[in-house]
Amino acid sequence: MEFLVASAIGVMTAGGIYLMLRLRTFPVILGISLLTYAVNVFLFSSGRLTVGAPPILSDGVSVYTDPLPQALVLTAIVISFGMTAVVVMIGLGAFLGSDDDHVDDPIDDADDKAEGTS
Amino acid sequence: MSLFIIVALPFLGALLPGLMNSAGRSACAGVTFAVSLAAFIGLLTNLPMVLAGEVVTARVDWIPSLGLNFTLMLDGLGFFFALLILGIGLLIIAYARNYLSRDDNMGEFFTYLLLFQGAMVGIVLSDNILLLLVFWELTSLSSFLLIGYWKHLPEGRQGARMALTVTGMGGLAMIGGMLILGQIVGSYDLSVILENRDLIQADPLYVPALILILLGCFTKSAQFPFHFWLPHAMAAPTPVSAYLHSATMVKAGIFLMARMWPVLSGTPEWFMIVTTAGLVTMVLGALIALFKHDLKALLAFSTVSHLGLITMLLGTGTAFGAMAAVFHILNHATFKAALFMSAGIIDHEAHTRDIRRLGGLRKLMPVTFMIASLAALSMAGIPLLNGFLSKEMMLEEANHTVLFGIPWLVPALATFGSLLSAAYCFRLIGHVFLGPVRDDYPAKPHDPEAGLWMPPAILVVLVVVIGVAPFLAEPFVKLVTASVLGDATEVPKAYFKIWHGLVPALFMSMIAVVGGLLMIAVFTPALRLWDTTPRPEAKAIFDTVINAVVRGSQQVILPLHNGAFTRYAAVAAVTILAAGFHAWSTGSVGTATRMVQPADPVLIAGWLMLVAATCGMVLMHRNRFLSLILIGIVGLMVSVGFVFFSAPDLAMTQFTVEVVTIILMLLALNFLPNRTPIESSVLRRVRDAGLAIAGGLATFALAYYYLLRDAVGTPISEFHLANSYKGGGGTNVVNVILVDFRGFDTYGEIIVLGIAALLIYALTETLLGGPVRARLLNRLPDQPRAGDVHPMMMVVLTRVIMPVVLLVGFYIFWRGHNEPGGGFIAGLIVSIGVVMQYMASGFAWTSARLRYPYHGVIGAGVLIAGFTGIGSWFVGKPFLTSDFTYVRIPPFEKFELATAALFDLGVFLAVVGAVMLSLESFSRLARRAHVPDSEHPMDIDPSRENPLQIGAKPAQEGS
Repeated sequence: MEFLVASAIGVMTAGGIYLMLRLRTFPVILGISLLTYAVNVFLFSSGRLTVGAPPILSDGVSVYTDPLPQALVLTAIVISFGMTAVVVMIGLGAFLGSDDDHVDDPIDDADDKAEGTS
Repeated sequence: MSLFIIVALPFLGALLPGLMNSAGRSACAGVTFAVSLAAFIGLLTNLPMVLAGEVVTARVDWIPSLGLNFTLMLDGLGFFFALLILGIGLLIIAYARNYLSRDDNMGEFFTYLLLFQGAMVGIVLSDNILLLLVFWELTSLSSFLLIGYWKHLPEGRQGARMALTVTGMGGLAMIGGMLILGQIVGSYDLSVILENRDLIQADPLYVPALILILLGCFTKSAQFPFHFWLPHAMAAPTPVSAYLHSATMVKAGIFLMARMWPVLSGTPEWFMIVTTAGLVTMVLGALIALFKHDLKALLAFSTVSHLGLITMLLGTGTAFGAMAAVFHILNHATFKAALFMSAGIIDHEAHTRDIRRLGGLRKLMPVTFMIASLAALSMAGIPLLNGFLSKEMMLEEANHTVLFGIPWLVPALATFGSLLSAAYCFRLIGHVFLGPVRDDYPAKPHDPEAGLWMPPAILVVLVVVIGVAPFLAEPFVKLVTASVLGDATEVPKAYFKIWHGLVPALFMSMIAVVGGLLMIAVFTPALRLWDTTPRPEAKAIFDTVINAVVRGSQQVILPLHNGAFTRYAAVAAVTILAAGFHAWSTGSVGTATRMVQPADPVLIAGWLMLVAATCGMVLMHRNRFLSLILIGIVGLMVSVGFVFFSAPDLAMTQFTVEVVTIILMLLALNFLPNRTPIESSVLRRVRDAGLAIAGGLATFALAYYYLLRDAVGTPISEFHLANSYKGGGGTNVVNVILVDFRGFDTYGEIIVLGIAALLIYALTETLLGGPVRARLLNRLPDQPRAGDVHPMMMVVLTRVIMPVVLLVGFYIFWRGHNEPGGGFIAGLIVSIGVVMQYMASGFAWTSARLRYPYHGVIGAGVLIAGFTGIGSWFVGKPFLTSDFTYVRIPPFEKFELATAALFDLGVFLAVVGAVMLSLESFSRLARRAHVPDSEHPMDIDPSRENPLQIGAKPAQEGS
């Protein structure tokens, strides 16, 4: 079980990094979203894995999972939505303004003219 | 008046001139004057205590754990400087009112001036060296604003930058010195430090601390080799020069040397460094001043020279030297401020400050002539004026000072400096005022109105009064000297008088005056010689150094910051990996303390889907729509994982966020190209894949090791579990943490979320207001549009389901304190319900039914949460303390009412507002790009149809 969660984190990180290094805004945004999942799950797993013991207090139950990482990750999920929305908006605005969705600046003016409409 | 008020008055008053700007120039100056006057009077109310030898203090603990307290003290030295700062400040304000032209923004000027004044008063009244440093940096900043006040002049900007660079660097050095000093003594309180002379001087860190502090003082007081910034700061308006460079800013370094005198002086290091620097500055400054043609440049270098004189006196480390220094600070402030103001008058009236173009002003400007001449003669050291007295004391002290084992060195150089000083004073009088009246002045000079000459005249009265009757100033100077020395019994008994008999100092004085006159007689050939002598130009050297630093930084920064995001991302990833590798290879890993738990088939299935979706995304990311679906699967699996591992709240949040994120991405994808073209080379992709795999393996290993080991320390989680019900009144610990234990965090987070949404809104507005709007209007959809814009089934379903969604949201919200749920999740659920209306019934229909704008919803959420937090103040509890009680309203069961629920309501509203505002902004872009919304979300509506329109309707709707 631990192996599965850890490897899932690893796979999502690897995918996130690869997509983050692409040249267009959309895959980069998706890559960052994947990284967000990986980071959130990693933070969550810092409370260790517990099955069937949600942190809802009830009589006669003495084992609960660690609630603190959950609280931190919950706000992180919501905030990352806000941040994703901002980044998407910036990417979209840049594309609408220049008809170009590259994330890198053009190398120089000559290149700019050559690939201006690509 | 309390010292706090004296220091705070200028800062608070700095708000007024800007407000009074539209009320007229006199009102603006008047309010500034009133503020300064109030502080001045407040200072004077403390005079009796100071005269009685008491030290007035005021103390408020600020950050006691750092030793940083807001402690002020007023002793003789502080009083003396505060008197100069506020007193001369008053004259400067009156002068500036008449000096500044109609084109100058007076409110801005006086705001800067008051800020500067407050910072200066703060320096001289601080009893905590950290506090002093804060004020010290504030003077650097505010003087930067003042020197660069004429923003349109490149010299002004360059001079301001240079002053800020030099004094700022000195300030940094001084922070280091002060911290060392504080560490040695174990306290940052000045009064404690001043009592630990032996401890400090015996410490091995004494010399580094001394050098660092002196660097701060020397840069501020323009001592060699940092003297070069001061003349360039003369590009400022003359009132600024008169204020900063006669009485205040440049005296701050002197003040600090005097303040630190009891603990730092008296050692060979102090003597060597300070005396030498002072002596060199004095002679060099005077020499350069003599050959300057710009009136203000001459005065600037003469200020440098006189500051050197004072520094040298402090460097001698004797009580008499300190007394002479104090006296000269007073005298210099009076005559130099008067001279600067006179120079300003000449500039104002004759429209030039070039000495070569002036001359003969004696007849045209008799009043100015009187003022300037008396001040200049005082500076030259002519008897019956105050400059003579302190210069005599300086020469007397120099006569007893032996530097480098050469007994004649200091007296000779001091005499030579005085000679040059006398020479430039005579030149000032002779070449500006005497001589024939010319007819080629740029403007016809005449005496200005009283507002301009009155302030310097008041100072010149002081010059003469002290010069004629030195015994009037004597008790005060001795009082100040006592507080410099830290011991009243050490104050020299010598009386201040004009005639001391035929002492060596008198002969030196005479040599200086006669030599000065001779120098003026041979000025023309001397000037020719000076002009042909090659000299290093400080500004050129400074610019070279700055350029070299800039080039060096660019060589580091530009390869990293080349505008390519991929490079930043790669550099960051590699750096993080390298740091992790370093930690892993140098640290040690403990043995596993947890058992590996067996994996469930469900979990394995979820894992397979997640891994397959991620791999699919990477492989097929060029098809953007497909990758969006795949990332949805990843998110879904993550939420399932949360359910599985006992985190229902997280699962609900992740799930709902997933929905809105996908909708958002779809809205964006509507405009973006559908495919990502292949652009990167195979090599590049292999490289990226290598980096990605390395990163993936690293996080996998980290997570795996982490999961199999218990925390090294005891986590604080147990506290939350134990107190959630007792202290927070809720059984859902995660929610109680969010709204209660860590409510302040949550409060910050909803604010961030709101800001993000507003940012998106603002970006949309900008886009729609710019050229993008036209492009959107002309844009043709790149995909076929749906034939049925508002499918009837969907419209009906979403409307029917809306109340249910709201009910679910309400339920999830209300039960959140005890069961999985809460404001975040409820907010997301309700948002999805509203989004469905947009999707089904269209933007126009939904907007028309929107009662409150989303901005308002965000604001209301943040306000409600904030007021809930503030509410606990009224019962004397800290911010966001929550309270709860149980109520029972028949026929319902007993339920809980907690203030935390109110806070959660704020969270709920902020989330709804933020999510909706973001999505709405995206759809507003879409609205521009397509055919206008159809007027009615449902194409068939029997109530709308009347017999007359039956025929026309379908055609209209189809358009």
